[in-house]
Amino acid sequence: MSKAPVLEIRDLVFSWPGRAWHLRLADLSLAPGETLFLHGPSGTGKSTLLNLIAGTLAKPGGVLRVCGRDLASLSGAARDRLRADHLGIIFQQFNLLPFLSMRENVLLPCRFSRRRSQAAQQRFGSPLKAAETLLQRLGLGDAALRNAPVVELSVGQQQRVAVARALIGAPDLVLADEPTSALDTALRDEFLDLLFAECTAANSALLFVSHDLTLARRFARQSSLARLSQGAVA
Amino acid sequence: MSGLIGIALRSLRNRAFTATLTVCTVALSVALLVGVERLRLDTRDAFLRSVSGTDLIVGARSHPVQLLLYSVFRLGDPTNNLGWDNALRLRADPRVAWVIPIALGDAHQGFRVVGTEPDYFDRIRYAGDRALAFQSGRAFAGGTGDGLFEAVIGADVASKLGYALGQSIVVAHGTARVALQKHDDRPFTVVGILARSGTPSDQGVFVSLQAIEAIHLNWRGGTRVSKGGGVIDPAQLQPRTVSALFVGLKSRMATFAIQREVNEAREEPLTAILPGVALQQLWGLLGNVERALKLAAAAVVAAALMVLLTTTLASLNERRREMAILRSVGAGPRHVFALLVMEAGGLALAGAVLGLALLALALQLAAPWLQASYGLFVPARWPAIEELKLVAGVLLAGVVVGLLPAVLAWRRSVQDGMTVRT
Repeated sequence: MSKAPVLEIRDLVFSWPGRAWHLRLADLSLAPGETLFLHGPSGTGKSTLLNLIAGTLAKPGGVLRVCGRDLASLSGAARDRLRADHLGIIFQQFNLLPFLSMRENVLLPCRFSRRRSQAAQQRFGSPLKAAETLLQRLGLGDAALRNAPVVELSVGQQQRVAVARALIGAPDLVLADEPTSALDTALRDEFLDLLFAECTAANSALLFVSHDLTLARRFARQSSLARLSQGAVA
Repeated sequence: MSGLIGIALRSLRNRAFTATLTVCTVALSVALLVGVERLRLDTRDAFLRSVSGTDLIVGARSHPVQLLLYSVFRLGDPTNNLGWDNALRLRADPRVAWVIPIALGDAHQGFRVVGTEPDYFDRIRYAGDRALAFQSGRAFAGGTGDGLFEAVIGADVASKLGYALGQSIVVAHGTARVALQKHDDRPFTVVGILARSGTPSDQGVFVSLQAIEAIHLNWRGGTRVSKGGGVIDPAQLQPRTVSALFVGLKSRMATFAIQREVNEAREEPLTAILPGVALQQLWGLLGNVERALKLAAAAVVAAALMVLLTTTLASLNERRREMAILRSVGAGPRHVFALLVMEAGGLALAGAVLGLALLALALQLAAPWLQASYGLFVPARWPAIEELKLVAGVLLAGVVVGLLPAVLAWRRSVQDGMTVRT
């Protein structure tokens, strides 16, 4: 890897105040554009890890760098900024604000990040065009769909809108938290195809966390939370 | 932050039903609060302008406020009349410019009959220095000649009873609503109708002092002893007592000296008041009612703000996911905080604007009724500074109320991060 990693974790330790449970990670890094499947059954702290990387929780011990910046040295507002500028996030389900249209949902990151907005403008002419192009490519370009309230979209369609939102303005890293768990098998493969294609197009690295090991073969690298924490410092 | 306003608006629109109800609640309370203030301002205005240009009002010994009430507002009855010689004595005083007597005690269809002199319409001013104007016709003739039974009526009397010039009216004895005894042997003819002034003159029926004497000629002790009619001897029409005297002075400097002389007169127990001072006294008495009304309106506003607080708090739980999504796309806890404060402020603002519109509409509709029933003239106008201050207070309170859910959401979004723990 010649380029600096977009995500770098070493000897990370985190615990919730007043709880015995600890999250430990010895070593995890992601190069630009790389895709990684992280196996994490529920209860292994995967949402805690994603929150730590996104900078939405208190700072952990050890080293946690996103796009070369040490989260421990950043204020809460700076971590929010870093997340807005460099991260795209896809949840398990309910990714969309029900009161915004499909397009407005996709445009949300551009409201919070000038960098993402400018990136979208450079590549597509304007953030709105970027959103429309992304939706088009994800098979959501239908005029009838465009004006429908997002709550009327199918789960599969909603997850694809979430992909468009995560990828608008080409963030460096996409965090996906079980995005396929609400989809049936046929849709799951199609969804992954689209996700990979868009990550490649935007040159975004992808950290995909799931309990479903059958998906792992499709990723360049794979790892598991359990294995990573075994190597952690005591 | 500007992007947040759009999000706040869309989020509110998504909860349009509760949001609308909240806005309506705030609107009603604002309409009530500002309405009370509006009526207070306009009532005080109408009240304090009801008499001017008169330096002293003299009556039989009584409380200044009572004298003011019956002489100016024609509410209640005089405790006693004062002798006509007082009018003559004051008129002879070189410091006195004019004296206008009034005699009360009769009524027409519930409107007080005021026996006075034709000069009344020139001398009695209101709202600074405005004279009573005639909408049509002229003043009654006065004196003992042909025009003895002429009357001038106020604008409200004309409009409520539908009278025009030439109308023949009968005066009832006493001021009770239901007149048992009428001076139907001596009907009056309406010769003038006053233009509306927003003062008690609008509700007056004015006749000459001599006419008051004339209709009581054949009365003894409050009952008619014989049917009147025939020729009246002018000598019998000289007034012996009147209810009050309006006094204008040549120089204001003499006001207190004359007031003291009148109050200390040995011939007859009298009271002289300065109308402006007595009006302020009376308004001071009404101040408690005014404060109570204002307090009640403020309590309604507080209740409306509690509704605002309750609905915002109730929405917080179901909106945790919304907050988590916003955080995932880059919003900080401070954005979440701002979002909720803006939302509460927005609801309060919408409520205030709607409330003012509601009030304007209500006053527009109620204006003729207020005018007719209470003589209150409530003109359509932009909110006064005092009213805008109240509205600003409500808005500020709305934002303060929004701080509580905002702090809760802020703390929760710090704890939750992008994850919704359920």
